[in-house]
Amino acid sequence: MKLTYADVVAGTEIAAVSYPVSRLSLIKYAGASGDFNVIHWNERIARSVGLPNVIAHGMFTMAQAGRFVTDWAGDAATVLEFGVRFSATVVVPDDDAGATIEVSGVVEEKLDENRVVLALTARSDGTKVLTRARAVVRLP
Amino acid sequence: MAVNLDYIGRTFPAAEPYEVSRVKIAEFADAIGDPSPLYRDRDAARAAGHRDVIAPPTFGIVISMANSGQALADPGLGLNYAMVVHGEQRFTYARPITAGDVLIATSTISGIRTAGRNVLVSTTTDIQTVSGEHVCTAHSTLAERG
Repeated sequence: MKLTYADVVAGTEIAAVSYPVSRLSLIKYAGASGDFNVIHWNERIARSVGLPNVIAHGMFTMAQAGRFVTDWAGDAATVLEFGVRFSATVVVPDDDAGATIEVSGVVEEKLDENRVVLALTARSDGTKVLTRARAVVRLP
Repeated sequence: MAVNLDYIGRTFPAAEPYEVSRVKIAEFADAIGDPSPLYRDRDAARAAGHRDVIAPPTFGIVISMANSGQALADPGLGLNYAMVVHGEQRFTYARPITAGDVLIATSTISGIRTAGRNVLVSTTTDIQTVSGEHVCTAHSTLAERG
């Protein structure tokens, strides 16, 4: 069933979803996005520039928040605006567990023209990794 | 700061148009772990009312970074890329990027400022089709950690 504007109530919380991120995720994301910044795949250089370990691409984290939005809204074509501030790094250790990005959301506001504002929260290892994360979608 | 303020307002037009393929969209969707058929299956995308396979919302970064990346890599700007992390990202969309689009990205360095020990470089990238249809605008702020 497609989500419609009429179905949506401001203040409704959207259940959190956990997305895994491994070193392989970052290698695939580097290749697919063209962002080969060494801090996303080379632990030696990441540490040498003062990071605790290899960190995820900010855009990988944003993509997980985007997935959360499009899974809720049903179609990427509903998304009119999507913005985030990267407030902390997602550290990805070289082990079998990797890291987890947990995304949750709340329907912040209903606007005219069937637009809905979602406020998103993303955490990794207990820390907020996105702030001011918002999407505006237009629902049928 | 080592970053060159003369670059504020400088515009970097795309070297050549970017042709969006179904294969590239599927590769990107795989990389972000999103199994949606709208990103892979033309029939599913058409059934949802799209001309062809559509791209996830953050796909625009592939096109905007390909272009703004050349601006940010300009040695005259003086950015040390290993010290760079992403500060902010925002997209506005007229419609989803769709397989078959031939897109032109134009990036402008909209601001350079300091915040504590960091230097923040903001770019705005306008993405439109070769026939002039506006598709997406991407606003990025990168932070060079001080």
